[in-house]
Amino acid sequence: MTAYGNLLGILWPESILEIVSLLVLVADLGFMRRATMAARMRVAALLGTLGTLLSIVWLLTHSGFATVMGGALVSTSPVVAAQVGILGLTALVLLLGVSARFTRNPGEYVALVLLATTGMMLVAAARDLLIIFVALELLSLSLYILSAFAKHSAASAEAALKYYLFGGMSAAFMLFGFSYLYGITGTTSLPAIAASLALAPLAPITLVALVLVAVGLGFKVAAVPFHLWAPDTYLGAPAPVAALIASGSKVASFAVLIAVTAALAPAWGWTLTLLWMAGASIILGNLAALVQSSVRRILACSAIAHAGYMLLGIAAHTLAGDRAVLTYALTYALTTVGAFGVVAIVERDAGTDRLDAFAGLSVRSPLLAASLLVFLLSLAGIPPLVGFWVKFQMFAAVLRAPLAAGWGLGMVIFAIAGSAVSLYYYLQVLKRAYVAPATEMRTLEVARLELLLLVAIAVAVLVLGIFPGVLMRWLPTL
Amino acid sequence: MLAWTIYLSFGGALLIAFLTQGRPQLARVLALLTAVGGLAIAACAFFTQTGMTPIADAAWIPAMGIRFMLTADGISRVLVLLTGFASVAGVLFSWNIDRRVHEFFAFYLALIGGVYGVFLSGDLFLFFVFYEIAIVPKYFLIAIWGSTRREYGAMKLALYSFIGSAMVLVGLLAAYAVSGGHTLNLAALQQYPFPVSFQMWAFPLVFLGFAILAGMWPLHTWAPTGHVAAPTAASMLLAGVVMKLGAYGCLRVAMTLFPHGLDPWGWSFLGIGSWRMVFALLAVIGIVYGAAVALIQNDFKFVIGYSSVSHMGLVLLGLMTLSQIGLDGAVLQMFSHGILAGLLFATVGRIVYERTHTRDLNALSRMHLSRTLPFAAWLFVVVGMASMGLPGFSGFIAELQVLIGAWTAFPVFTVIAGVGIVVGVAYTWRAMQTAFFSDAPAGNSAPVSSTAAEHAFQPITWAEKAGVVLLLGASLAVGLAPRLLLDQITPAVLALPHTLLTGGRP
Repeated sequence: MTAYGNLLGILWPESILEIVSLLVLVADLGFMRRATMAARMRVAALLGTLGTLLSIVWLLTHSGFATVMGGALVSTSPVVAAQVGILGLTALVLLLGVSARFTRNPGEYVALVLLATTGMMLVAAARDLLIIFVALELLSLSLYILSAFAKHSAASAEAALKYYLFGGMSAAFMLFGFSYLYGITGTTSLPAIAASLALAPLAPITLVALVLVAVGLGFKVAAVPFHLWAPDTYLGAPAPVAALIASGSKVASFAVLIAVTAALAPAWGWTLTLLWMAGASIILGNLAALVQSSVRRILACSAIAHAGYMLLGIAAHTLAGDRAVLTYALTYALTTVGAFGVVAIVERDAGTDRLDAFAGLSVRSPLLAASLLVFLLSLAGIPPLVGFWVKFQMFAAVLRAPLAAGWGLGMVIFAIAGSAVSLYYYLQVLKRAYVAPATEMRTLEVARLELLLLVAIAVAVLVLGIFPGVLMRWLPTL
Repeated sequence: MLAWTIYLSFGGALLIAFLTQGRPQLARVLALLTAVGGLAIAACAFFTQTGMTPIADAAWIPAMGIRFMLTADGISRVLVLLTGFASVAGVLFSWNIDRRVHEFFAFYLALIGGVYGVFLSGDLFLFFVFYEIAIVPKYFLIAIWGSTRREYGAMKLALYSFIGSAMVLVGLLAAYAVSGGHTLNLAALQQYPFPVSFQMWAFPLVFLGFAILAGMWPLHTWAPTGHVAAPTAASMLLAGVVMKLGAYGCLRVAMTLFPHGLDPWGWSFLGIGSWRMVFALLAVIGIVYGAAVALIQNDFKFVIGYSSVSHMGLVLLGLMTLSQIGLDGAVLQMFSHGILAGLLFATVGRIVYERTHTRDLNALSRMHLSRTLPFAAWLFVVVGMASMGLPGFSGFIAELQVLIGAWTAFPVFTVIAGVGIVVGVAYTWRAMQTAFFSDAPAGNSAPVSSTAAEHAFQPITWAEKAGVVLLLGASLAVGLAPRLLLDQITPAVLALPHTLLTGGRP
């Protein structure tokens, strides 16, 4: 009883989400069959949002350190911060997707989004190889299905298939790596693995295990060379799903990567693996984005580059570095959700996300254009937006990390050079929005809720950039 | 008090962006009021304050030791005053903008606010934030309201600026990490003994990053294309104050934080034995190259654009002299060039171009502008002379001081720079002759229509006259009484690290 009571105690927020996801199904399939599609979507999304809010409230009112099952799941302040962030991002994705018309099954859609969110929250809290694997699978399976949710669209099917094939493969590799780790250390608990690896002599099999684990986690964060799914999935998946993959899923993956790094960093080769992935992601993501003509693909390539920057912070492996990565992931995810929100609106109007669809956006909807300006400049790292501040904080942490003495400066120069390149492709989008004359003179149809949320996100990006102290107070020291 | 120049500009930008859509006249008046307010504050501070004055200081990001700190010394006050002049004149000369007016002035004032912020920052982080804030509005000002190849020019300028600031960011982060990560306060970092080996690579990195924006050869190529593509007010600001941001950063950050980066390397190649010599050489090449290229341009704006490269070379040469008189001259030249380049761009891009709709010197030569537009012709004569270095205007005393300073430090370079100044006389003379005083036949059109053309040009507007009077008056005042500025500049220069005034270590 005590063990299960404990488990339930720490898992209340996840349980709330599970219950709400079932409620959504019941409400939608049981009571709303005769209602219009728009009403069904609205009710389902609203219920889902309520669930996430309830969960957030629980998390914020029950702070404190907790652990169950011998430390397999923990609840520390950074974990709570990541979870609250994930829930908030899910709520934004649900609300921004209210007027999306890609599915005839809103109940199932919202239920799956909530299941995916449960997976993310568990991933962020897991400190045991088995739990990590199970939670990642819950997350991934939900996202595979969600990617294919626009049933009439071939691109959506392609996106899901690519995502699934790459994901399944990398999950298999990762499980294989986990089994090696278990074989070497005799435990699945991350802290115990760390202690055991610190004592273990250097063996080729350890290196094999590390690389296999890197395959699985590299896939989740879309780091080169495991990034191939990202552009197509971002392009083909329904817009809210793509936003979820780009935001909450990223936050969860980086949270678990931080935890795994704490366990594996003692072994030789892990930092090196991360660095190679980081360098390759920065260079490939930024260069590939230069030639894209689809805004979603630009965002996908920029996500690869940003994963590269964050991997540097993880490789530095200090408290300040970990904290900087978490802040980075959260704010990056927030900005990306906003950017996807704008893309979804433009796409709904023009039927495409090509660059030219954005022409004249500043005339057709000044507020929307201004929000897009804020999001993209923040991604490019222009002050006073939050994207600059988190980059600064993270690179400063990398430079000050004792472990990074040999490579810190070189990699930071590399990353900053990469982000200088990135301004070009963000400006390509903004050039269409502000400079190019509108090809379509109709005013853009934007729902009031969407505009309100997007402007609110833009204001948050600006305010957090001007007063980063708010963010640092909210994310207490690790 | 000076902090209000920043707040006022950003506030004005927000107000104009959100409240004046569809009311262009209101946007213009608001922009003018904001700019005049900034100038009034700048002038007031300039005449009442001396020495190093703290303006604002508040905790900003305590965890990283970053403070919102504004300070002003004489150099800052001079450049803030310049920004005030340039911003008022810029609004006056863009009175005729009639497309997306409120957006234009919003971007314009955001740029001005960033520039004020850079000149007043006392914290390196804040400095950098303002420095980058100034990049984005430039892009949109040029790309939306510009002319010749505007999107190309705007993108080139934005990328050059951003790459320059990326280099600065690396140096800034490194300085932060090396000094222990406690503070980014400029005055405190200045006291920190950075290892000489560190300064040896950090100095050129940061200096070069800033020098890109100052138009240093061979990284100047953004400047002519950007200036030519930009609308008049943006060219005035670009040449007038934005290039000064680069030079100011070179002095305030690169040279002040890493003075030992200027030390001799201990070996030399072809007489070049330190970063100081390298950058002085590049500056001199810039002076001569800019002038020579200006001599063969057919687009009137390109002439002015390359002349800016040449004049900014003098600023950089002045910085590298590492003597009180040379540094004085460099700061004075920043002010002088800011005013005069603004006037030149206003004459060519606004007063002439908006009436003749061409900037091609050959086409202009057939229009007999000295008769049809006498105001523009005589204005260009006066400003051209001033920019050549006619005594009585600000350019003369500035160039003189730079050359005196350079003479003791690098005699050979000074001679070459002198050649550049002579070429400067030549290109100004050529442009003046061809554009205004040519007696080329008026093409194949009958003499009757040429007299008709003499009446075709719109009269000079009050806004143009006001802008001209303002800038010309400033240049004349400084030229006649340079002590006005020097009384501010010299104490600030003397307060710089000692090694900067004695030519570095022996």
